[in-house]
Amino acid sequence: MSEKIKFTIDGKQCLAKKGQNVLDAALENGVYIPFLCHVKGVKQAGSCRICNVKVAGRTMTACTTPVAPGMEVENDIPELHDLRLAIIEALFVEGNHFCPSCEKSGNCELQALAYRYQMMVPRFPYSFPQKEIDASNSKILIDRNRCVLCKRCIRSFQDDQGRNLFAFKSRGHKVEINIDKECAVNLSDELAQEIMDVCPVGALIRKEKGFNEPIGTRKYDKKPIGSEITSVV
Amino acid sequence: MTKKITIEPVTRVEGHGKVTIHLDDNGQVTQSRLHIVEFRGFERFVQGRPYWEAPVLVQRLCGICPVSHHLAAAKALDVIVGAGTGEGLTPTGEKMRRLMHYGQIFQSHALHFFHLVSPDLLFGIDADPAIRNIIGVAEKFPDLAVQGVMMRKYGQEIIRATAGKKIHGTGAIPGGINKHLTIAERDEFLNAPDPLNINKMIDWAQGALDLFKGYHKEHAGLIDTFAAFPSSHLSLVRKDGALDLYHGVLRAIDADGKKILHDVDYQDYLKYIGEEVKDWSYMKFPYLLEYGKEDGWYRVGPLARMNTIDFIPTPLAQKEFETFRAYTNGKPNNMSMHMHWARLIEVLHSAEMMKELLNDPDLLKGDLVVKGTKQKEGVGLIEAPRGTLFHHYKIDDNNLIEMANLIVSTTNNNKPMNLAVEKVAIDQMTGQKEITEPMMNACEVAIRAYDPCLSCATHAIGTMPLEIMLYDSKYNLIDKKRTN
Repeated sequence: MSEKIKFTIDGKQCLAKKGQNVLDAALENGVYIPFLCHVKGVKQAGSCRICNVKVAGRTMTACTTPVAPGMEVENDIPELHDLRLAIIEALFVEGNHFCPSCEKSGNCELQALAYRYQMMVPRFPYSFPQKEIDASNSKILIDRNRCVLCKRCIRSFQDDQGRNLFAFKSRGHKVEINIDKECAVNLSDELAQEIMDVCPVGALIRKEKGFNEPIGTRKYDKKPIGSEITSVV
Repeated sequence: MTKKITIEPVTRVEGHGKVTIHLDDNGQVTQSRLHIVEFRGFERFVQGRPYWEAPVLVQRLCGICPVSHHLAAAKALDVIVGAGTGEGLTPTGEKMRRLMHYGQIFQSHALHFFHLVSPDLLFGIDADPAIRNIIGVAEKFPDLAVQGVMMRKYGQEIIRATAGKKIHGTGAIPGGINKHLTIAERDEFLNAPDPLNINKMIDWAQGALDLFKGYHKEHAGLIDTFAAFPSSHLSLVRKDGALDLYHGVLRAIDADGKKILHDVDYQDYLKYIGEEVKDWSYMKFPYLLEYGKEDGWYRVGPLARMNTIDFIPTPLAQKEFETFRAYTNGKPNNMSMHMHWARLIEVLHSAEMMKELLNDPDLLKGDLVVKGTKQKEGVGLIEAPRGTLFHHYKIDDNNLIEMANLIVSTTNNNKPMNLAVEKVAIDQMTGQKEITEPMMNACEVAIRAYDPCLSCATHAIGTMPLEIMLYDSKYNLIDKKRTN
C-alpha cells in the first residue's frame, strides 16, 4: 500500500496519492475546485485556467500541479473567486453563448459556473466573433460559437487505430475545433452521446435530439455545479 | 395650416407603435397610420441554425405568448420529421401540447382583458388617465384585479407543467413533447383550494363575460359602433367547423358570411395568401391572393374565429357563442369592440378545454414522440391568442434551416388596425379645434381591441429607415424626417 501525501487546502487536512494532481486530490477529499477542461482519467491540459489555486503565493492550475508533501493550497479566497469569475466572463464574451436557445442549457458546465459564481454583466466587451457551424457529420453538429477550446474532445476520443476524432485547426484567435470526417464517418449513437456529454458546453451536440430532456430534470436545474463535492456558501 | 398629431408610444399594447394623423386646413382627417417602429429579424437569424432549435429560439419573439410561436414552430417541424400535419402525433404528444396552448390562451386573454382593457371599460374611454390604468382598477375594483392576476397565474402554471417553464419553456419538440404531466400536478390543477382550481377558473371566466355583457347593455351605442367596419375574417377551424385553436383547416369568410377560402390545407398557404410591403411600416400587409392587395385583406383573432366557426365543442362556451351569434342574427359580427366579447368566450372555452384535458389519462402516460420519413419543408399554423399564426421552414441536407417565414397574428390584422384608427380619427377628430387626450386614447382603444403584439410582428426588407413625412392639404411634401 503506497503512502499518502499530507497537504492542506484552505487549512483543511487532506491526503493525496503519490503523483496525484491537486484538483483530483481535492475532489477526493471533498473540496470543490471549479474546472472546465479537466476530465477524470484523461491527460490534463491546463487550458481553461478555471482551477487556478494559490500555492506559496503563486497562482497555478490545480489540474497540472502535483501534490507535494506539506503543500498549503489556497482555494476558496476572494482573490481567486474574482479571478475565476473573470475567466468565466472572458469565455462568454469570446464566443457567442446564447443560452436561451441552446439545448445544452441546464447541462452546460460553463453556464453552471456562471450561475455558481453569480456572473452578471461581463466586465469585458463582447467580441461577437464570426463562427461557422459544421453540420456535415450525420450524428454530431459542431457549433463553434459555443466552443471554449478546452480540448476535452481532442484528448478524450480516439479511434481503434489511435487517431484523434477531433483536432484544432488554425492558430491564435482563429483556432477552431474540427472533426476528422473519415474517422467519424460511422459514429455510433452511444459514442455520439458520449461526445456530447464530454463537451462542457453546447459546441458538440447530437443531431436531432435537442431538448429531449425536460426542464427540471437537467443536471444543474436543482443543484449548482460542484454541490456534490462542496455546497455553495 | 395642416396639423400632424402623433400618438407615441401607443400604450397598453404589447410592443411599441405609434400613430400619425394628418389634418388639413379645415380640420378634416386626410391620412392616419399605425406605424410599427421596431425591427426584430428572427426570420433571418434563425437561418443556419439546426431545425430542432427553432421552437425554442423563435418563441423569444415574445414574452406574452411565446407558447404560440413555440407550438407553431413545433408543428411545422412535425412535418419535417415525418410526424404528419397536426394529427400524426401520439395522443400524449398532442394532448400535452393542447393543454399548454389552452393554458396560454387563457392567461394571455386574461391579461389583456383585466390588465389592458378593463381600465377603459370600468372608468370610460374619456376618464382621467391617472386613474384609467391597472393601478386604478386595483384600487377601485380589487376583487377584479385579483381575478385577473390569479387567472393569469393559473394559465402560467399550466404552461410551466407542460413546457417546463412559465415563459420560454422547451416542452414541444419536433414530433411531440418531452414530458408527461404528473399525477400531483393534475390533482393540483383540478382540486387545489380556491381560487387556483379549474372550477373557479370557469366561474371567473363566466363572471368576466357577465361583466362585459353588462357593460355592453349600458353602452351598446359605443360598443356596437366604435371602430366598426365590414371585413373578411380568417381562421383555422376544425374539419367539422368547430372552434379548434390548436389545429384545423384554413377558412375565410367575407363580411356577409360567404365562404371565400374553403377549408383548405394550410401546408399550401402560399397558394392563397400573399404579403405586401409598405415603406412606412416594418409590418407587412397580408392578403388573400384571389382578391388582390386592395380587397383581399382580412381580420384574424377572437372576433374572426367567432365568425368563421360553426360551433364551439364545449357546452358553456357554446351557449355564449349562440348568444353572440344571435346578436347579429347569425350574420358575421364586424364590430371591433366585440373582439372583447369574443375573447372572453374563448377564455371560457379554454377553461373548459383545460378541464377536459386534465381529466384525460393520456397526459400521464404513453409515448411522447413519433417520427417518420424526413421532409425538407414544413408549415405550422396555430390559432394564437391574437389570431392565426403561420410558421414555415425549409431545411438543407445537413438539417440546418435555410428559409423561415413567419406571418404573425398581428401582421394579419395590420390593415384592419389601420382602418380602425382611421375610422376613429375621422369620427373623433374631424372639425375639432382642439385635440384632447381622450380623443387620442380613443385611437389607442381601437388598436387595443386587436390586442396587437407589435413586437412579434415586425419585418424589414433591406434597409428600413423610419420616415416621418408632413404633407400640406395639396399633398405637397413640406417636411420630412428620416432616422436609420
